[in-house]
Amino acid sequence: MATTAEVRLTATAPSWTSTAGAVASGFWRHAILRALVKAAATIYVVSTFTFVIVRLMPGNPIEIYIDKLVTEQLLSYEDALATATGKFSVDLRRPIYEQYVSYLGNLARGDLGSSILSEGTPVTALLLRYLPWTVFAVGTGLMLSFLIGISLGLMTALKRNSPTDHVVSSVSAVVSSIPDYLIGILLVVFLGVQLRWLPITQMRGVLSPGIQPGFTFEFVRDAFFHASLPIVTYVLTHTGIWMLTMKNSTLAALEEDYVTAARARGLSERRITTAYVGRNAILPLFTQFTISAGFILGGALFIEFIFVYQGLGWLLYNSINQRDYPIMQGVFLLITVSVVVANLLADLVYTKLDPRIGRG
Amino acid sequence: MTATLDFLRLLKSRPVGLAGLIGIVLFVVVSFVGPLLVPLDTKVDLTAIYAPPSFAHPLGTDYQGRDVFNQIIWGGRDIMIVAFLAALLSTVIAVTFGSLGAVVGGAVDSTILAITDVILTIPRLPLLVVLAALLRLNSILILALIVGALAWPSLLRAVRAQVLSLKEREFVEAARALDLGLGHIIFAEILPNMRSYIAISFILAMTQAIYAQAGLIFLGLVPLSGTNWGVMINLAWVRGAVFFRDSLPYILSPVLAIALFQLALVSLASALEDIFNPRLRGAA
Repeated sequence: MATTAEVRLTATAPSWTSTAGAVASGFWRHAILRALVKAAATIYVVSTFTFVIVRLMPGNPIEIYIDKLVTEQLLSYEDALATATGKFSVDLRRPIYEQYVSYLGNLARGDLGSSILSEGTPVTALLLRYLPWTVFAVGTGLMLSFLIGISLGLMTALKRNSPTDHVVSSVSAVVSSIPDYLIGILLVVFLGVQLRWLPITQMRGVLSPGIQPGFTFEFVRDAFFHASLPIVTYVLTHTGIWMLTMKNSTLAALEEDYVTAARARGLSERRITTAYVGRNAILPLFTQFTISAGFILGGALFIEFIFVYQGLGWLLYNSINQRDYPIMQGVFLLITVSVVVANLLADLVYTKLDPRIGRG
Repeated sequence: MTATLDFLRLLKSRPVGLAGLIGIVLFVVVSFVGPLLVPLDTKVDLTAIYAPPSFAHPLGTDYQGRDVFNQIIWGGRDIMIVAFLAALLSTVIAVTFGSLGAVVGGAVDSTILAITDVILTIPRLPLLVVLAALLRLNSILILALIVGALAWPSLLRAVRAQVLSLKEREFVEAARALDLGLGHIIFAEILPNMRSYIAISFILAMTQAIYAQAGLIFLGLVPLSGTNWGVMINLAWVRGAVFFRDSLPYILSPVLAIALFQLALVSLASALEDIFNPRLRGAA
């Protein structure tokens, strides 16, 4: 949207500014390009931010690490500097702006340094080892909560103000207002300790000892056994939001003229709810689903902590606890990049699904 | 005064909202007046570990035989102060810059919106966890500052959208025609029309601040001393109290205190939404 000031500027300025201005405003008006710039800017800001907190803040992790090497392992300052250089993938002997540039270059090549505690393990390798479990557990939780949520939302909207609507809506409002970690604790306390229905301690971790990953029934069953409580916790805390969104969206769709018209044409209620109401009501939820998919990686931090489920959230917590900052930095960057990419996809999906957007 | 009475009359027809308000008042009174009446009792009694509820210990005792009821009374204040301050900070940022951008427009608006979009995209909880780990937040004021400083972006966008629609109304046009100035237009014309919306957002910001701070404390990333519902849950977890069957009243007390306070806030917020946003009436 061009403001009056811009319009005035392009009208009176020499021709070269007007072209540049037109290109710039045309560029900004283009939804997809704007989304791309936004995504790139966010990743750049977050990368710079992690560089600053790990490298420049007083008492930063690198200084602490060097101090530790000097005092505990009796290294000379130069040797300690050299060791830290390798760990953090930043050459500490060069001027700070050169460090910054080479840090960004390393990031672009996927070099995130290596773990301080597990000697020589590249951070990227660790991320790849923990990533699939979070994607599996939280991804399953997201999909289940979405499916249950939209079904309940559609149902309660169609049976608005019925006893079923009141019960389902109230229960989901109550459950979704309780923090996920409290739900997780309650599950451990009641299912694991008070009732002893579940072997809580055996369910910890991502796999039982001795189970080899592969396309075997045993492996799949064991993976679900260990992921079940994280999934249940996620579903309990997230279904209510999907349900309420779907309900509101359906109620809005029910008031549209095309529904009245379809009724007037004598179409069956069943056809109206599926082909007319449901399809339109679910449209805005796809965008939200895409955005939520981006939050999978960082979205179950507390849940992974409670059930000792070794995914990315657990890795982040553990790296913080053990002061393994290259890992912490890597997990944080990966989580952010996934959110940024999902947002970008959501922007694209939105412009694709709704032709009214993005033509500027 | 009449406004308050009108408000209570409106709320009376919404029992859930009224219950929420009563719950909030109750929690606030217990947490702020309670400590004045009941002295802090941190007496360790190793003969009474996980004692069941009794007259002496209405909510039983913890892993060191300390009175749980006493900790519940003393443990809400800091949580509420942090929630209030964080919500205040994020609401002030969101309202100020959201309405400024919407009213001024142009480059100011674009800049504010660009910064907001970037911060909105950064996953907040992992960022808080990283910041808490590096900054060693051992004061509740800094905790409130950090939580609040990251919580404003979505509210800013909502406020901006509201102001954009309000500023086209006749009364704002009139104020502009009278040349009453930007400050007058924002604070005297536009914002009073958004009071209820801001109040609802403030309550929801408080629930988010409680979620974030209690979560950080539960993970043990905020080395707070003193009695605090979050610290109680953290200690019950790391000391393994959760895994003893006798510890049920002890572990349930802080969990329910936080959950019920959250529930009370959410109930009030949704009742307010119902009252002031009749368009959505019955939808939720």
